[in-house]
Amino acid sequence: MSLLLQLAGLFGKLSLLAVGGVNSTLPQIARDVVTDHHWLTAAQFSQLFAIANATPGPNLTIATMIGEHMAGVTGGLVATLAIILPAGLLVLVVSKVWDRYRENRWRRIIQAALLPITAGLVLAAAGILIRQADTGVLTALITLVTGGLTWRSRLHPLWLLGGGTLLGLLFV
Amino acid sequence: MRAEVPGRLSHKILFTGFFQAGITGFGGILPVARRLIVDERKWLTQAAFNDLFSLCQFMPGANIVNFAFAFGARHRGLSGAAAAVVGLLSAPVCIAMVLGAAYARYGQLPMARHGLVGLAAAAAGLVLGTALKIATQIFTRQTNILLAVAVVALVLLLNLSLPLTMAIILPVALFFAWRHAE
Repeated sequence: MSLLLQLAGLFGKLSLLAVGGVNSTLPQIARDVVTDHHWLTAAQFSQLFAIANATPGPNLTIATMIGEHMAGVTGGLVATLAIILPAGLLVLVVSKVWDRYRENRWRRIIQAALLPITAGLVLAAAGILIRQADTGVLTALITLVTGGLTWRSRLHPLWLLGGGTLLGLLFV
Repeated sequence: MRAEVPGRLSHKILFTGFFQAGITGFGGILPVARRLIVDERKWLTQAAFNDLFSLCQFMPGANIVNFAFAFGARHRGLSGAAAAVVGLLSAPVCIAMVLGAAYARYGQLPMARHGLVGLAAAAAGLVLGTALKIATQIFTRQTNILLAVAVVALVLLLNLSLPLTMAIILPVALFFAWRHAE
């Protein structure tokens, strides 16, 4: 029970801090789950995150997978609900008054202020995943090429994930 | 806004519509959801979609899940929101759980381990590429570069927590954005 509460508390808190999406909370998830609680090793974290990315749907399934890893199906459901509900309920409240504030000057200022924070957090998330996943020259190369292609091309992410997996199978 | 919504959608249609978006979208399902909602089902005009989506981007959380919450609630209140969100997430969550169980059972087999090492490196690259996309769009302004670099330094070098990082950076970011808007 206390484990389920811990999962709910962790992902519930992160739900409201996920500026610009779930990726910006990755540094904190890694910090809580890997560094503080030792629920997962760094390699396990980066691999579960990768599997979540290869799953259809939004990438919040990283929370599902961590919850399941810790406390089975119930844990997975609790973690999923915890990461969607606080933000979702807040959206329901705000959407009722959104029309009034959409053109508001402060709304625009806040949105502009959040952009560089999101950019920094996702960059930091990339840094953490690179630290966890890139243990050699080949993995570093896979990350660099995938990063460049994601940045510059419109190639479907599944091709990139599949390519990385294949290179891992052949050369690691 | 409300006038552009074609009638009230039923719970079943909300569920099946978002189910389809959830099962077909990989790595960011915004493009899939947009095509489904605007082009195919014509639930919203492009302008109305952008408007509702701007709300979901503004708020914390996964954008597309927020979108399902807000869109479902507009049609059927709380239970409509639940229908849309459960529709969106039921398949992805089930698949994630099955893959998670497979990972726990077979992840240590030599072949799986090698593939997973490559997969994880590629996923790190996806996040890196996404970060670069966001960064290059906003790095035209020097203060944005400064703020993003400060966030990276606080999180990666000083190991500060996300709440603490936000508490330090957000006031500065608001100040810069406010000065720029003046």
